[in-house]
Amino acid sequence: MGEKSLSAKSGKGFGIFVTFCAMFLFWLLLSGILDVLHVGAGIICSAIIAFVSHDLLVTQKWDKMLRKSGRFIIYIVWELWQILLANLDVAYRVLHPKMPIDPVVIEFDTSLRSDLAIVTLANSITLTPGTITINVDQERGRFQVHSIAQKPADALLVDKTMQEKVAKVFMEE
Amino acid sequence: MVELIETILLAVVVLFLAAGVFFMLAGAIGLLRLPDFYTRLHATGKCDTLGEVLIIFGLLLYHIYYYSPGAELSVQLVPVKLLFLICFIFFANPTATHAIMKAAYNTGVKPWKKGDRRM
Repeated sequence: MGEKSLSAKSGKGFGIFVTFCAMFLFWLLLSGILDVLHVGAGIICSAIIAFVSHDLLVTQKWDKMLRKSGRFIIYIVWELWQILLANLDVAYRVLHPKMPIDPVVIEFDTSLRSDLAIVTLANSITLTPGTITINVDQERGRFQVHSIAQKPADALLVDKTMQEKVAKVFMEE
Repeated sequence: MVELIETILLAVVVLFLAAGVFFMLAGAIGLLRLPDFYTRLHATGKCDTLGEVLIIFGLLLYHIYYYSPGAELSVQLVPVKLLFLICFIFFANPTATHAIMKAAYNTGVKPWKKGDRRM
């Protein structure tokens, strides 16, 4: 992660606690058996995982993370709509007798640097109309994208709606 | 009244399943019709994601209505597991598509241009 990890002791304890709760909830949802043996095993496993890898899940102060998650959920709703459009687009191109395709490979730069932001943008590009991410250079934030026609490529090169939305979600300070 | 709700629910389930099957079919036709490796990945990478998710969502609704009332907790939690499955597909599918694409690009598979012959 690009962000500074928490240094204070209270932050570490909080991270372990949040990870433990998340892991245990996950355990309960997957097992659904509420006797002593299963719940006990769940508590032990969650505790070990929380102790070993809490710094993977909780990397920032909680209020920042909460705001980010909120914006992320709004983004996902928009993204779902885009996915539907993407599939209709592909279905149209595939089923059209003349197959209106004209593939190009494009490159563009973004201001994104953190892992999560880049992964989100890369996966969003792959899922939305007519474009798939080929390569990402993390240091320069440069994306290489294969586009099935010129129009979806212009959406990334000219409009830049998606880049702006992802940048807004992760708000890089 | 109960019958009406049941009919509407079944119709919604069938709608989701049909849409899923349609997109999977479009993906399969795309795999056969499109000219080269990259464009074929467009068809499979996108259509499979939405097709699978729509089918799973249809089954989820069906399960909630027909199996959940009065069942054990572990049976009632099946829709939650299906939801996790949907999330996993949304993360894993584009990532895998990107990995295949990157591997092909780095090994030097040439993208098809308009006017080229089919590969």
